[in-house]
Amino acid sequence: MANTSSTHDVKVLGAWPSPFVIRARIALNIKSVEYEFLAETPGSKSQLLLQSNPVHKKIPVLIHRGKPIAESLIIVQYIDEVWSSGPSILPSDPYDRAIARFWAAYVDDKFFPSMSLIKSEQGEKKAALVKQVTEGLVLLEEAFQKSSKGKAFFGGDRIGYLDVAFGSMLGWLRATEKMGEVKLLDEAKTPGLVQWAESFCADGAVKGLIPETEKLVEFAKLLAARMKGRGSS
Amino acid sequence: MTSLVELLTYLSVSLSSLSMAELKLLGSWPSPFSYRVIWALKLKGIPYEYIEEDLSNKSPLLLQHSPVYKKIPVLLHAGKPICESMIILEYIEEFWPQIPLLPFDPFQRAIARFWVKFADDKIPAMWIVYRSSGKEQEKAMKDTVEMLRVIEEHALGSKKFFGGEEIGMVDIAFGQIAEWLGVIEEIVGVKLLEDHTFPRLHAWILNFKEVPVIRDNLPDHHEMFVFFKRRRELLLSSSQDQ
Repeated sequence: MANTSSTHDVKVLGAWPSPFVIRARIALNIKSVEYEFLAETPGSKSQLLLQSNPVHKKIPVLIHRGKPIAESLIIVQYIDEVWSSGPSILPSDPYDRAIARFWAAYVDDKFFPSMSLIKSEQGEKKAALVKQVTEGLVLLEEAFQKSSKGKAFFGGDRIGYLDVAFGSMLGWLRATEKMGEVKLLDEAKTPGLVQWAESFCADGAVKGLIPETEKLVEFAKLLAARMKGRGSS
Repeated sequence: MTSLVELLTYLSVSLSSLSMAELKLLGSWPSPFSYRVIWALKLKGIPYEYIEEDLSNKSPLLLQHSPVYKKIPVLLHAGKPICESMIILEYIEEFWPQIPLLPFDPFQRAIARFWVKFADDKIPAMWIVYRSSGKEQEKAMKDTVEMLRVIEEHALGSKKFFGGEEIGMVDIAFGQIAEWLGVIEEIVGVKLLEDHTFPRLHAWILNFKEVPVIRDNLPDHHEMFVFFKRRRELLLSSSQDQ
């Protein structure tokens, strides 16, 4: 029973720079589900957001037939389960699913937090973070080789759960490389991932969603300036 | 020459030990994360072999099968390792769907997963209360009470358990609040979960611990107190002044 919902049935509350929001949008694109994108104004939270996610007050929130679902990876799983006639996002084998979930959680718990800090750190602290992130990328390269089994994506022939979880980070990864003047995704150390990144960004479900590096750099600068203006809080 | 009866007995014992040997759990008796997996396996009636890990001297088996975090629990199913307690539980749920721990409806499942993630994101605060002091501990206590407040207000309805009348994955995820939090409170000398401030949580803890599988699978309270108290003394004496 795919895709017969009206656009108003499915809404995504989000903002263009957020990799977590991108995950939800890619998942909906994989299933060819049309949706209304409600952009949150930076620096403020709409009534709808506060009502839909009262616990965390964070984006993304998926609203399906009036019911809100929060947490990006939970949203992706929900989309996979509801629009079950579309292409699968999670692997079909329970063990492969466990591996995909493990690495997606790794991206959220270890990779992304360390990577986010690089642009605002200097000297030894920055070097330590860069080391952590590059070591993490080597682990993800290994995971990619095992998971892809020679195909283009973690999910095989088509993008899947881990592609979405990790690929959504690529915009900020490139922006971090620029702002931090570091090379993170290295052809020599992680050749599979370099190739994968290109394929991922060119995929039909992803096109147009990963923001341009320059735009993210500009956004990061704006955010930093706004934080400074507010002082420490 | 062995009798037929002896032969059949030998075969049935070998076969059942083969299927039992198929599932191994690497755990640690004081760890609440270990217990999450034990509870799930026992609720579903799945036989397994339990291997106690000495975390001060990690076995080659653990290091081989949990290379990224080197942590328990690890579930080994026919030799293939699954790490991270709640990921293990999703795996168990998918492989052995009897006695479901997650709702059938996708929206209800999303709600359940939301609270499982909340548990994993916020529970570390109570362990920071346990192992820190001074300002860091004060903040952790505030965070723990805030976590309890959110659970009380948003997660627990009027039903017996988080998902309804039957125990499920969210109850298991929050399980450490029912037993380990009390041990931490005793050792540190604070009361964070006041029964009158958190009546729903208080009722849930009683319901949770009355479930036979839970009741019969909890570490001995006194042994835990001794273990964690000793460990805390070591941690605090070796840490630098804040």
